Amino acid sequence: MLPKGVRRRYLALKLVSDSSVSREDLMNAIWDAIIQLFGEYGASQTNLSLIRYNHEKDYAIVRCSHKALEMVKASIASITEINGKPAAVHIKRVSGTLKALFKKSQL
Amino acid sequence: MRRFADLHLRPSIEDRDQVERMISKSSELGYQMIAISLPPNITQTKISRLQEICSDVNLDLVTRVDFSPKTSKELLHYLRRLRRRFEIISVFCDSKSVARQAAKDRRVDLLTFPATKIYKRFFDHAEAELASNALSALEIEMAPLIFLRGSPRIRLISRLRKESAVAEKVGVPVVLSSGATDEYLMRGPREYAALAGLFDMDSRVALRTLSEIPHSLVARNRGKLSPGYVAPGIRVVREGDCCRRA
Repeated sequence: MLPKGVRRRYLALKLVSDSSVSREDLMNAIWDAIIQLFGEYGASQTNLSLIRYNHEKDYAIVRCSHKALEMVKASIASITEINGKPAAVHIKRVSGTLKALFKKSQL
Repeated sequence: MRRFADLHLRPSIEDRDQVERMISKSSELGYQMIAISLPPNITQTKISRLQEICSDVNLDLVTRVDFSPKTSKELLHYLRRLRRRFEIISVFCDSKSVARQAAKDRRVDLLTFPATKIYKRFFDHAEAELASNALSALEIEMAPLIFLRGSPRIRLISRLRKESAVAEKVGVPVVLSSGATDEYLMRGPREYAALAGLFDMDSRVALRTLSEIPHSLVARNRGKLSPGYVAPGIRVVREGDCCRRA
């Protein structure tokens, strides 16, 4: 069992964009949004990482610290473009484990 | 289970494809009720067509009109003419006199302020007191928080923090709405609740402003617009010969 200090949250994301988006583009957009809203200090607290990215189905799974969940959610909701093209990233589900996330969001 | 409402979608009414896309997107994002800004001269046929599109995706359509009067006299003129035709009346307050008049008029449902001209956001303690007595709600549009960048967004967040604190203190209901003009600016209710955290609104309070508060506002107005309504607490239950005294 993990100690409480390193609890994590997994977010299932749905990407909406007319153009194709690579995993680097997606992560750059998320990092840019976090830095714009909360600065580099805030971004350093998120422990954000991309767990999975499915290009065909346009979904992604990212992991963050549970303490920074609201920051990450607000930042993801504020994304309006990726690589200069209009885009939106919707949070479909949040869970404490990957297993539960797959079960709940039926990815 | 919460029933979410987005009381402000702003598609171009002439663009039927865009209207359909935004309506289906609302349903996909988990809303059960939406309000679309309609022009004051819209025909009943067009409203019925929109209602059909919404009912196909199990959405409840609320008719809404937005006024941006220059003077309080103009506001009163609009209210007299259009109050009984629309379920939600929103007033875009561009001057202090209009803001004060709108806040004290019980026919106004939502008070909206400019997102970029912070000096024209007149929602202070006095405005909140008037709005509280007249049962008007403060509308906070979330689209500017999404598309603004840099200092305009910083100023807006700072101002919204003050306004939501005043509203909470005085007891003015707050309604969060999207204000989206296309589907890329639309977000789900929980995403808006996370964004409301930027101006220190608790996520449970934010979810209430997207569900219970708009639903009660619409229910109250639908009751008032129903044919049997006479006055607050009085409505016609039955009519006919059986009700007449011998």
